[in-house]
Formats: sequence, C-alpha cells, structure tokens
Amino acid sequence: MPMIDVHDLRRTFLIRERRGVLRRTRREVQAVDGITFSVEPGEAVGYIGPNGAGKSTTIKMLTGILVPTSGHLRVADLDPSRRRTELARRIGVVFGQRTGLWWDLPLRDSFELLRRIYRVPTPTYERNLSAYVGLLEIGDLLGQPVRQLSLGQRMRADIVAALLHDPEILYLDEPTIGLDIASKQRLRTFLRELNADRGTTILLTTHDLVDIEQVCRRVMVIDHGRLAFDGDFAALHAAGQATRTVVVDFHDEVPPIDVPGSRVVRVDGVRQWLTVPAGTPTGPVIAALASSHEIADLSIREPTIEDVLPHLYARP
Amino acid sequence: MFGAIAGAWVRAGFTYRTSFVVLTSTGMILTFLDFAIILIMFSHLDALGGFTLTQIAALYGLSGFAIGVADLLLGNAEMLGQRVRDGTLDQMLVRPVPALVQVAADRFALRRVGRVLQSGAVLGWGLSAAPIDWTPLRVLVLASALVCGSLIFASLFVLGGAFQVFAGDASEVANAFTYGGNTLTQYPLAIYPVEVVRAVTFIVPLAFVNWYPALYVLGVDDPFDLPAAFQVASPVVAALFVAVAALTWRTALRHYRSTGS
Repeated sequence: MPMIDVHDLRRTFLIRERRGVLRRTRREVQAVDGITFSVEPGEAVGYIGPNGAGKSTTIKMLTGILVPTSGHLRVADLDPSRRRTELARRIGVVFGQRTGLWWDLPLRDSFELLRRIYRVPTPTYERNLSAYVGLLEIGDLLGQPVRQLSLGQRMRADIVAALLHDPEILYLDEPTIGLDIASKQRLRTFLRELNADRGTTILLTTHDLVDIEQVCRRVMVIDHGRLAFDGDFAALHAAGQATRTVVVDFHDEVPPIDVPGSRVVRVDGVRQWLTVPAGTPTGPVIAALASSHEIADLSIREPTIEDVLPHLYARP
Repeated sequence: MFGAIAGAWVRAGFTYRTSFVVLTSTGMILTFLDFAIILIMFSHLDALGGFTLTQIAALYGLSGFAIGVADLLLGNAEMLGQRVRDGTLDQMLVRPVPALVQVAADRFALRRVGRVLQSGAVLGWGLSAAPIDWTPLRVLVLASALVCGSLIFASLFVLGGAFQVFAGDASEVANAFTYGGNTLTQYPLAIYPVEVVRAVTFIVPLAFVNWYPALYVLGVDDPFDLPAAFQVASPVVAALFVAVAALTWRTALRHYRSTGS
C-alpha cells in the first residue's frame, strides 16, 4: 500500500482583485491542477519547481492544512483534511521559512512540550532526543530560548522537533534555505541516514538540486500546478539536458579546445568553459585536457536546478 | 493538553516574576477603574434604571467574571488574524491537538486572572449587600449564570477568531462584540432603548450572560416585559451559541487558505 496516494488532485484559489473603489473582479487560480503520483513507504522524494508552481499548496494538502478542491488524496490511508489531528501523530513537518518551536521558550522546554502534545512515551522520547540531538550537534543549545538560535541551529532544532514522535513521513519545505555549506552538508547526511536506517519516508521541496541529489533517489517536478517530471535523478538530468561545466585556466591563451565528450561554450583569455553532459564522468575530459595542454587551474561546476528546469518547463 | 501548553507559558512567564506581578496588578487596577466610574455616579444618584448600587455591582460582577474567564481561556483567539498572516496557524494544524486548544493555550497569560478576581470580588460584595431572598433555585441560576456567561463570551471569542480566518485581520470587529459587549452589560439594560435589548437577546445573546439571570436572582421584574422563561434560559442559549461557534470554527478551518509559502 502506498504511503502517499494522490490522484488528479486539484486546488483552486479564488482571487478577488480591487479595480477601482467599489468594483471587484474575481479570478480563479489553479494552484494545483490535476496531479497524480504515489510514494511507497521508505522512499525519499524531491519535489521541486519554480516559485508559485504549487509545491507548498501540495504539501499543505498532504498535511491536511488545506482542503483540496477535488481529487483523491490518501496519506497513510487517511484523508488528511478530514482526519488531520489523527494524521498529525504519524507525520513530521518542517517549514524552512518559519519555526515550529516556541520562540520564547528554552529549546528543552519546546521539546518537552512536543513530547506531551504528541504523547510520546518517555523511553522513546529520551532515546530519540539523545540520538538526534547528538547527530545534529545541538546539545549545547538546549538551555537557550529559540529566538537566540542562529538560522542553522534553529533549522537543526526544528528537525529534531519533527522527529521526536517517530513519524512515518517527514515533510521538509526548503530545509536548507539560507544555510551555509557546512550546515547544508550536515543536514543532507543526516536526512540520508534517517531514510536509510529508519526507513522514514521523506518528501523534500527545495531550490537546491544538491539537496535532492544527496538525499533523494526520486524527483518530481511541478510547474504551473502540473507534474512536469517524475523519475530518478539520471532521468532528470537526461530530460533536462543537464551539463556540468569544467572551467579551465591554461598557462597561455589557446584556441577553443576540442575534447571528445565536451563542448566549449565560452572563452575569456586563458580561461575556457567546457560543458559535459551530467551523466558522463568528467575524468576523461580532464585527462585529455591535461595531456595536451598545461593547466594552471581547474574547477567543476555542478548543474543547478536553474540550468535543468527550463528544459522541463518548456516541454508540453 | 490545554494545561500542558498553558503551563509551559506560565512557567516561562514566571521567569520574569516582577513583570508578572506588575502586569497582573495594573490589570486589576485598570478593570477596577470602570467600576469606580459606577461608584462615582452613585455618589450623585440613588438608582440607575431602577437598580441600586449593590444590584448593579451584581450585574457588573457577573459580566466581568464571565468575560474574565472567557478571556483567560480563549482571549488569544483574537490574535488569530496575526497567526494566519505569519503562518503559525499552519504549524498548529499539523499537530495532533485540536487547533482551537492550541490557539487558546499558546501564549497563555495568567495575568488575565486579574479581571476574574476583581469581578468576583465585586460580585461577592453586590450579592451579599443586596436584599436577596435566597432559594435553592436562585443559587442554581446564579451558578449556571457564571458557567453559561463564560461560555457565551468564549463562543464570541471563537466566532471572532473564525471571522479572522476568513477576513485576515479584523480583531477590532471581534473586540467590539467581546469587550464592547462586556461594557454594555455592566449596566442594567433598563437604561438602553428596547432595540438594544432585543439585539442582545435575540441576535448576540449577551443579555443571557448577566441580565436575565440577575433579574431572577435579584427578584426584579423585567422592565421590558419579555417572557419570564428567559430568566432561566441561559443554559439553553449558551448551548445553542456554543454549537453555532463550534460549527463556524470548523467551517472556517475548512475554508482556510493559508499564506503563500
């Protein structure tokens, strides 16, 4: 039985706009316009799309915050909006933009309060708290009020908070937004291990493709309220014609290099930019470059979501 | 569950002990000021709308006690517009506790108990000083008025909160009915035009908070000659009003649109 089962899900918003003093017009916006997918227990799925594509609206329907306009929706075999509080025990939700903790309470009190709200048995609570607090390195912060935590610390605390009751599904909405590289990396490792060790189903929205590459095996792309892509990461790169870019600084200015498997897209003095399809290794290309020319410096830029997605959005 | 969340806030509040004492006592002084106005009026007259000072103290105390209890338990519902805008309502909706309980208990402020204590004291004084022929039924009506009045005001807070889920921020509109209703019912309804009395009897049932039960307990004839059954009808009216508020709240949550992100 799928953990999440969605069929032809739609959500319409009625927008009232003022046109002049008394005149108002009504406009219907299809935030989610007929999406169908299912997620099996233990899957880790990345959910991406441009701003306003319907990501958050989908998550809010999956968690029961918003009532769908139409369509079939089951999470852990429950109808989320009708059995919201029952479902809440079985899911964990982290909204990256805001905290689920209590701003003025010390972190430890926030966790303690969640223990009581979720009625977590004390042994489970203590086991989870010590495990997650250790893994996410927030042990020193437990006495501090949440408002004094940095963004990265608060995000880690929020993730611990969402996991104390052993949820079957963890929803993360932009969990790495605004974090530095080290914090992002720590978080991704943690989520990957959580998914592998505990089998927690993860649904992750993000603008950072590396989040998805490192945590998820499956990606769904939403655009204008419709699913534009649903598949694994290699297929996403193929569909999105993703490329990695090798930036090379040669010792001397040379004409554009011709190396099989790559293409020069830009030349600026001694520096050249070569693109390599994301699915193929860059090693042979770099070896070929090094054997024929003297290289001063070299770097590889990974494809970003912005590079890949336009190709998907352009498709019908 | 209400106790668990509210308790955390009370403990958090006690970390600033002085602030708690100052806020609670200023709250009590401020609420006492509007009774002081009534006291000053009675230095110039013997009766207002046919009611003596002690009888008005009973009316005032009943209304103040009711809104005090409702405000203590559910006054936070007036912050709902803000919760809709900053998205904290979303957080509450993904927790396994009814949203209304969380709205009520979150940021629970024990200092609001000040109004309950002050109104209770005025009520106690009024009831002991006014000439009342105590019967078991009068005691029962008084006790039920305390409960039902609190329920009626609590329902008003919930209705105000539900309205803000639809209308974004409209806490002032809600306040007009709750705190405004409290001010209105501090005085005997006999001083108002009959239209006002009809409105608070049949539309927003504030008259059942203190006016009708007080008429019965004090043994005063209804100056508007409305059915005598009204004087013992507070439990029925409160039950109906609670049902209306609960239904409206559920409908509001099902129509909740959340914010953009």
